[in-house]
Amino acid sequence: MKINLLVFGIARDILGYAQHEMSIQSDMRIQDLKHKLSEEYPDFKKLAKFDIAVNQEYQEDSFVLSERDEVAIIPPVSGG
Amino acid sequence: MINVKLTIDPLSVTACEKMIEDDQAGGHVVFIGTVRNHTSSKKVLFLDFEAYGPMAEKEMHKIAERALSKFEVKHIVIHHRVGQLEIGEIPVVIAVASAHRKAAFRACEYCIDSLKETVPIWKKEHFEDGEVWVAAHP
Repeated sequence: MKINLLVFGIARDILGYAQHEMSIQSDMRIQDLKHKLSEEYPDFKKLAKFDIAVNQEYQEDSFVLSERDEVAIIPPVSGG
Repeated sequence: MINVKLTIDPLSVTACEKMIEDDQAGGHVVFIGTVRNHTSSKKVLFLDFEAYGPMAEKEMHKIAERALSKFEVKHIVIHHRVGQLEIGEIPVVIAVASAHRKAAFRACEYCIDSLKETVPIWKKEHFEDGEVWVAAHP
């Protein structure tokens, strides 16, 4: 299935893109996506942390992704 | 009343204060964040702010809602700017009105502390010899 991946801040520097239609296995959980990203791009392991938002809401590691979800990689925020 | 805004245009402190005017409010507290010219001992040239726009506005709204329910305050305005900001410019304004001052101070502090923790906005500091995403690494 496909998700629409949005990438911000230092995560965009790591991946080299801001947006990407990513093919993933169905029933993938957020923790699986984080693991996949960290394995393919070890620079993610150097971050203080990174969170995942689905359809503009933060979600826990156990959250299961669905077809066409808008999935955002949220590295440590630093507004203000 | 809650008003949140994410914008590329310069922020107006006066406009934010106007929005919270209320004859029943005995105190206004306004927090103005400004761009500092140094981090540790390094000279900062300018900052770049970027945001996950729609989610950032939602999160700012959630913070204001929580502050309204936690503290005895009447109005909350949270405005944040994105794009390139020079030293001394204003990335964030938070304005709170309440009947009594203590609640306004506490709500205002709650809003800026929460914003820095959860709102998907990122700043990159530009130095003479490079650039750094703030808070990215431990």
